[in-house]
Amino acid sequence: MLDRSDILETLAMIDQQHLDIRTITMGISLRDCADPSLKRCGEKIYEKICRRADKLVETGRAIELEYGIPIVNKRISVTPVALVAESCEGGNVADLARALDRAAAECGVNFIGGYSALVHKGATPGDLRLIDSIPEALSDTELVCSSVNVATTRAGINMDAVARMGRIVKETAARTADRDGLGCAKLVVFANAVEDNPFMAGAFHGVGEADCVINVGVSGPGVVYHALKEVRGEPFDLVAETVKRTAFRVTRMGQMVARAASERLGVPFGVVDLSLAPTPAVGDSVARILEEMGLEVCGTHGTTAALALLNDAVKKGGVMASSHVGGLSGAFIPVSEDEGMIAAAERGTLALDKLEAMTCVCSVGLDMIAVPGDTPAETISAIIADEAAIGVVNHKTTAVRLIPAPGKTVGDRVEFGGLLGSAPVMPVHPESAAAFVARGGRIPAPMQSLKN
Amino acid sequence: MRAVMTVIGPDRVGIIAGVSGLLAEKNVNILDLSQTIMGGIFTMMLLVDTAGANCSFEALRDAIDAWGGENGLSMRIQREDTFSAMHRI
Repeated sequence: MLDRSDILETLAMIDQQHLDIRTITMGISLRDCADPSLKRCGEKIYEKICRRADKLVETGRAIELEYGIPIVNKRISVTPVALVAESCEGGNVADLARALDRAAAECGVNFIGGYSALVHKGATPGDLRLIDSIPEALSDTELVCSSVNVATTRAGINMDAVARMGRIVKETAARTADRDGLGCAKLVVFANAVEDNPFMAGAFHGVGEADCVINVGVSGPGVVYHALKEVRGEPFDLVAETVKRTAFRVTRMGQMVARAASERLGVPFGVVDLSLAPTPAVGDSVARILEEMGLEVCGTHGTTAALALLNDAVKKGGVMASSHVGGLSGAFIPVSEDEGMIAAAERGTLALDKLEAMTCVCSVGLDMIAVPGDTPAETISAIIADEAAIGVVNHKTTAVRLIPAPGKTVGDRVEFGGLLGSAPVMPVHPESAAAFVARGGRIPAPMQSLKN
Repeated sequence: MRAVMTVIGPDRVGIIAGVSGLLAEKNVNILDLSQTIMGGIFTMMLLVDTAGANCSFEALRDAIDAWGGENGLSMRIQREDTFSAMHRI
């Protein structure tokens, strides 16, 4: 029989510390759905997703019931739609987003990701057509998420794409102005995007992947926070050890669920993504972990070092617990989705510049940050360029998910509800970067790319 | 399927009798049982085999939830794997 204290510890993690599996994401290739007719392409997409994912939600619920561990989201990621739609002649490519939306609703999943284009070195006519349709796609659908990769360490930064994405973000906000620019919460601009990320809004099914695959994203900021409370005042060696031990346990849950889902669905297991993903619920915050390490408020001096330790220890603990680790794997710092980040931003301690520094040492980037509605497109592009530079030079994934909330300014709040949370509008620098962004072209790949 | 069942709540006469009666009614076999009082709280853990159960796992879980609710006890049933995955290498 298992040890009594072990059983009680696991129950406390689930009941009181918000331990959950954040997502089971089924990756589905749509490469066999290409068709010269856009209408026919949409039909093939709908049919394939519904065929592959028809048991996904039901299976997720059964695992949740039997194993007694909450699985918060069931999601689908697909091949970047720009690739699938490249050969479509004429028609409105946003119709494919509507096909994705219908398929996701039919399968009962929470989100579907992959209305995406990969343009880090250059864009094809199909890529540009898809990118230009993003505002319409995100305003006319409920469940579709979109991402665009504008830079890689190997290729450098496509500044034409960066400039275009600033305008697309603004247009998406304008088209969803009645919902505080909610469309932008479903749009991520990446550098070094990964092909097996199970988390939204940036999930897509990479071209190097199998036809269908199961990826699982774990969570557990609350569990780490609780464990660190037990070592208050102790040296960082013990802090790191404690995070590692906790991450190991959390990831073992993820691996178990991934294996069960893979077996029951008859779909190969891809990766467990070891990310610490917060929610707006009290007790499920990454910011509060950093504060537990001894910072008065997240965002003050010391925050970057604390986050670096956390991010590294999560990976070291998690990597031994899973047969395949991938995705983004690290600590997330989405402002509106983290109760402690929201509080720190409202207090004025956590600013955009500090968040940018924090993205140098953790997974992803400037995430779920509301900025004034009158922020120029060029400023958003410049923010994207800064983040892309961090990713490209440091050989890591970075991303920007900003919401220029229409009609809102510093001091206002935006409310998205649910896991997307709410956020105070944060200031951006008023000085222009328009001439910088207008240059266009490519920022060359850094020396780090020359590894061969 | 082997599952761990936990029963936690204020102590009183008849909890073990009630729980084992409920499991017998569902034809669920008890493989191991450990019970103690922790800080005045009745705490019991059972390892059970649901292979011969005369109802679905969901129905069993619902019956356990209902009985726990009626008797002021927090009761859970989960696959044993949940705990062994976390605590055994």
